[in-house]
Amino acid sequence: MSLSNAFIAIIRRDLVLAYRRRAEVANPLLFFVLVITLFPLGLGAQTKLLQAMAPGIIWIAALLAAMLSLDSLFRSDFDDGSLEQFILSPHPLSVLILAKIVAHWLVTGLPLLLISPLLAIFLGMPEQSVPVLLWTLLLGTPVLSLIGSIGVALTVGLRRGGMILALLVLPLYIPVLIFAGNAVEMAGSGLPVGAQLNILAAILFAALVLAPLPAAAALKMSMNG
Amino acid sequence: MERLLSLEVKNLCCIRDDRVLFDNLSFNVFSGQALLLEGQNGSGKSSLLKILCGFREPDAGEVLWCGVEINNGTFFEQMAYVGHLDGVKKELTVLENLKIATALGKPGHYSIEETLEKVYLSGYDDVLVQSLSAGQKRRLSLARLLITDNKLWILDEPFTSLDKEGIAIFEALMVDHIAREGMVVLTSHHDITLHGIDVQTIRLA
Repeated sequence: MSLSNAFIAIIRRDLVLAYRRRAEVANPLLFFVLVITLFPLGLGAQTKLLQAMAPGIIWIAALLAAMLSLDSLFRSDFDDGSLEQFILSPHPLSVLILAKIVAHWLVTGLPLLLISPLLAIFLGMPEQSVPVLLWTLLLGTPVLSLIGSIGVALTVGLRRGGMILALLVLPLYIPVLIFAGNAVEMAGSGLPVGAQLNILAAILFAALVLAPLPAAAALKMSMNG
Repeated sequence: MERLLSLEVKNLCCIRDDRVLFDNLSFNVFSGQALLLEGQNGSGKSSLLKILCGFREPDAGEVLWCGVEINNGTFFEQMAYVGHLDGVKKELTVLENLKIATALGKPGHYSIEETLEKVYLSGYDDVLVQSLSAGQKRRLSLARLLITDNKLWILDEPFTSLDKEGIAIFEALMVDHIAREGMVVLTSHHDITLHGIDVQTIRLA
């Protein structure tokens, strides 16, 4: 069968798996919502402060939610031997991994994107920033999954790789956080945000092309145990 | 008449945690042959199979498929591996698992229905793998060998958790595969009987 068939088959497989493990998959989304709802309670009645912090809060919560969901990317496939079969497939492993990342984003990134307008309003974010927030999340969250895949691929063979994963991946997330947070903040003041969005798009495309290759190499290394 | 396929292992050496598992190991397997690896636990059987699959780099020596390094040629289109792990997803049904296996490789000699019949799992199509017994799971992972198009089977303890009947069924399938110009490399603690097949035995010390 052709490569595109394999690509689609893997996305479909992972979506079915996610559907059958709904509770597990909902965790990052729940975390995202919880963190954001706790902020107004913690800060008290300081609407101005909350408004000013909203872009940062949403983005940091999204980033941590993404981190939280990363381990599930390869864990079960590694544990039950499915990953061995992926590696032995005549198709290039990087493309199969890209399919897994796409499915992972659809399950963990997209829900954050969909629920964020509600949370933005909840934090009192100015109306004109909400579309920009959505754009940054649309361009930024796939980058989190893509970059994260390299880190997980490196640490999946370790039993307690959680901390190392955070140390590996978080520094690489920072550019996304800076540009996305800045774009949403600027939009709140009515300033143009084209530059930030373009950079985010550039990061996304670069990650799309560049991340699956080292992730594939790292996975092969992790198998060599 | 198909070209004779060959798996050549030359001067292979494997070192694990400063312990030499095997050194200067050489053998050839051709289509129509089986290779049985014997040895105690920890003698490097699984490590050797992992090297043959390309999971592990040999510390010295090379593995050639039809004269070409396994990482460069068409090796992965023509091999199938069943290891200690079943490689099936327990939240998916039998059918979904087999479909993914065909999507990852090329459809082979048997259709999914025929394969399920061969491994005595017909009627289980829509059953989630987590509700199968260990032996049935094993048969499902062995079914993967039949639905994809391949010549070389690499099997690490394929008979684990299979009952007598299951072993007999699977031995017959191996004989059938080898008779169709296939080849099998396997490790097993069980005594295997492959009637009328050229079996090489290598003992790892």
